[in-house]
Amino acid sequence: MQFGIFTVSDITTDPTTGRTPSEAERIQAVLAIARKAEEVGLDVFALGEHHNPPFFSSSPTTTLAYVAAQTSTLQLSTATTLITTNDPVKIAEDYAMLQHLAGGRVDLTLGRGNTGPVYPWFGQDIRDGIPLAVENYALLRRLWDTEVVDWKGKYRTPLQGFTSTPRPLDGVAPFVWHGSIRSPQIAEQAAYYGDGFFANHIFWPPEHTKRMVEFYRGRFAHHGHGDADQAIVGLGGQVFMRKNSQDAVAEFRPYFDDAPVYGHGPSLEEFSRETPLTVGSPQQVIERTLVFRDYVGDYQRQLFLVDHAGLPLKTVLEQLDILGEEVVPVLRREFAARKPAHVPDAPTHAARVAARRAATPAPEEVRA
Amino acid sequence: MTTRTLAVVSAGLSTPSSTRLLADRLTTATVDALRQRGEDATVEHVELREHARGLADHLVTGFPAGELEAALDTVVGADGLIAVTPVFSASYSGLFKTFFDVLDPDALSGRPVLMGATAGTARHSLVLEHAMRPLFAYLRAVVVPTGVFAAAEDWADGDGGALLPRVQRAAGELADLIAGLGRAGDGRAARPADPFADFVPFDQLLGDQA
Repeated sequence: MQFGIFTVSDITTDPTTGRTPSEAERIQAVLAIARKAEEVGLDVFALGEHHNPPFFSSSPTTTLAYVAAQTSTLQLSTATTLITTNDPVKIAEDYAMLQHLAGGRVDLTLGRGNTGPVYPWFGQDIRDGIPLAVENYALLRRLWDTEVVDWKGKYRTPLQGFTSTPRPLDGVAPFVWHGSIRSPQIAEQAAYYGDGFFANHIFWPPEHTKRMVEFYRGRFAHHGHGDADQAIVGLGGQVFMRKNSQDAVAEFRPYFDDAPVYGHGPSLEEFSRETPLTVGSPQQVIERTLVFRDYVGDYQRQLFLVDHAGLPLKTVLEQLDILGEEVVPVLRREFAARKPAHVPDAPTHAARVAARRAATPAPEEVRA
Repeated sequence: MTTRTLAVVSAGLSTPSSTRLLADRLTTATVDALRQRGEDATVEHVELREHARGLADHLVTGFPAGELEAALDTVVGADGLIAVTPVFSASYSGLFKTFFDVLDPDALSGRPVLMGATAGTARHSLVLEHAMRPLFAYLRAVVVPTGVFAAAEDWADGDGGALLPRVQRAAGELADLIAGLGRAGDGRAARPADPFADFVPFDQLLGDQA
């Protein structure tokens, strides 16, 4: 199982000091966070994509390529790449390029994006969200899996004899996760292709995630990719930790109360009860996280949100130390002990290349 | 004898509240009217004051926490709805509107609804027609022709005055609609679609792109 962090790249005022980091500061902070993630032994760093303030991450592959150059084992991913408003040709090119630069340490999570105004900025309409996701992803797959593509669709100009370059590393495209908070239709898309399904698992109650994952697993089996418990599931999560849980609550509360998305609503205690948010000791985080498995089954990837709502860099790095030293080693051991052998590990480039070689005989063998 | 469920949403803020008082009158009269038509009824009350914070939280988080979720389920699952609000600034109260804002827009489709409103004076009585009826029309609920408005003076009439006959007429109209739904589960008012049952299989969605 893979453990890591994901960031939405928000530039938020620290409510305890009133200070807002500059874009330059925040961008450097996120790079430091990514390096630290590898240093403390986490497996994955994932970055969101946004095209409006207060977010900086409009160009995730640029950032991830830089992180790739500064790390050696960290798996680089996105916490949504917009499949609706990005040209699928550009996604095919950018992520294949990143895959080469990062030596295969790349996968991506596709999402539709729920910010209405972004669609027209890129010549699209949010009401076409689902058909855009369907057509664009079908094209993306063809661009990666087929050398020369002739294609005609509804939402972009047709392609005649087009080859997306560079070709995917070792002929194996980056693994794709599909992320959706609320649409079963996207879980169905993930299941149809036998891709991974990533549940946000931050903003809403666990029952909702449970239903979505259950649905995805059932459809994964329906589409013939394996048994339901062999589907590839990733979960988000949100934690804040201190040695003593009262200290964690006291320190995190002002950030929670002012947080974008859910701030100024329920109390920290209510939100912790209703959603997977865990604010407390490392032991509490371990116990709560192990329970996720009870309602989604054995899963492949756990990402935590640790750097939003204006938390200062120093605090975030401390959170990563705690995750790396005290939490993830225990989770890694405990999840592994519970996982039956027929449930696949998280997909990696090396494993997928090996699987492909095993499935298709090498040219020499064919000749022999 | 069929047992119907009747949800009663009341947005009064004080205790005792004249809004709740009117809701109770309408409820009692509706239960009586259903009995006369050979139907039993169970009544579920939703006092919106108890959900004031839960409703504000729902606006911010996008999901209903515990008790509010139960209240929403009560209304979604009922055979008929009695909805009563005080008049605030020439319309239903914000609290009342928020409840219907967070309800799934299809949740009341085809559902029989009786609406009531209260205010200090009868000058506000058309709020029923210019604010509440359009709200329920948008939600595609079936609102009975008689809406019941109670002003302070209506509570002063010892014998029920002009209010009682209106309550009874409205309750009779609601009971007729509910009794006309047929037996539970056969052609009754539509429930909101379950998105997990309602998805389009992907091969169909792909069409000729497959």
